[in-house]
Amino acid sequence: MASGGNHRGINQPQDGLFDIRLIVNGVPRTARVPSRRLLSDCLRHDLRLTGTHVGCEHGVCGACTVLLDGVAVRSCLMLAVTADGARITTVEGLTGPDGTLSPVQQAFADCHGLQCGFCTPGFLTTITAALHDNPEPSPEEARDIIGGNLCRCTGYQNIVKAVLRAAELRSAGPGRADGS
Amino acid sequence: MKPPPFGYSRPESVAEAVAVLGSAAPDGKVLAGGQSLLPLLNMRLATPGHLVDINRLGELGFVRVDDGEVVIGALARHAEVLADPAATRAQPLIGQALALVAHPVIRNRGTTVGSIVHADPAGEMTAVLALLGGSVLLAGSSGERLVNAEDFFLGPLESDVRPDELATLVRLPVLGPRAGCAFAEVSRRLGDYAVCGVAALAELDEAGGVSRARAAYLSVAGTPLVLDLTEAGGDPASAGRLAKSRVAPAADIHATAAYRRHLAGVLTERALAGALTHARERAGG
Repeated sequence: MASGGNHRGINQPQDGLFDIRLIVNGVPRTARVPSRRLLSDCLRHDLRLTGTHVGCEHGVCGACTVLLDGVAVRSCLMLAVTADGARITTVEGLTGPDGTLSPVQQAFADCHGLQCGFCTPGFLTTITAALHDNPEPSPEEARDIIGGNLCRCTGYQNIVKAVLRAAELRSAGPGRADGS
Repeated sequence: MKPPPFGYSRPESVAEAVAVLGSAAPDGKVLAGGQSLLPLLNMRLATPGHLVDINRLGELGFVRVDDGEVVIGALARHAEVLADPAATRAQPLIGQALALVAHPVIRNRGTTVGSIVHADPAGEMTAVLALLGGSVLLAGSSGERLVNAEDFFLGPLESDVRPDELATLVRLPVLGPRAGCAFAEVSRRLGDYAVCGVAALAELDEAGGVSRARAAYLSVAGTPLVLDLTEAGGDPASAGRLAKSRVAPAADIHATAAYRRHLAGVLTERALAGALTHARERAGG
């Protein structure tokens, strides 16, 4: 019956919890989670990485975006058990080991790309991945990059500027952590 | 909100997935990209007893062109299909439609087969399957069956996938040498659900006349509506009037029925004009 059974590839302890392994920001982590635990909640509650924010919890706002094996995804639309074995980069992982801001983070500071900051982690991760794929976006492409993220403060103009500024910083200075 | 509790399996083969679905039926549900299912779970609009997570079935993560069809496996993400030059060259409507599916971040995770099985009347790829007359291969405990597009969509969010079946791939015919296609839609913001959308396909005869013209509509009916517009004789404006007279959309929070009908006409004209231009380019006219 619908009990989960003993299927290969995942351990299921008797109490219905799953042991998962993740590499989060370069650090191997483990967690014991119920099947319904969202990756966003696993990061925030189980692993205490509260930089990933949860806004709408149905994929609309983009605040919870993280990098899954380098690809930007909504962590609220993924089960933690599905992510078992993956390499995750959260906003905490964008900053260099010495605290140096990544090009995207520096650009947000330079361009005043945030106000309350709630949506910012999702913008930073989304833009980081997008610039990895397209290092020199046009202003129009910069708008497309952030089209799936909501910000209720800035009016977006400074975030568009920050995307373009981040591309400049990125091409000027290599060697910064960009999660990719 | 958080998802309700459910059992969970992560099979390592199609056979194992089908076996688990069979034992969980009728309460099992396949989890692929999860970009539609997870919102439904989070909002508790869906409460399946058991999820069968197919994300380890790497054998289904393919896109290939063979024997006149683009074949897309159940684990191919929208972004992977969109980035596949052979697939989008063989059937350009796939690329035209996928560029309109949600946002890039959603496309990174969502699967093309999953969105077709989900059968959302606002889904671009459901319209593509219907317009092209593609098919879906289903694997179940009693074997495989291939279901044609016209039989696949039963109603809003309801497709002909039985509780013990897994959709393993979809087949979409390639674009003919004297054919062209185009996609046009109106949404409040780029990436939002379409208020109305039209996919058009036009085929030319040897003399350059229009031998066949069809269009598929999203967000105007409970299932993807396909209209034959050949009688408009390749005149986009008259095809638009024809479409307007044949659709019967419903009103909802996003648009009135009259506005949707208006959009169906305007977008038919645009999409068919685009498809005709495309067909003439391809036919070398």
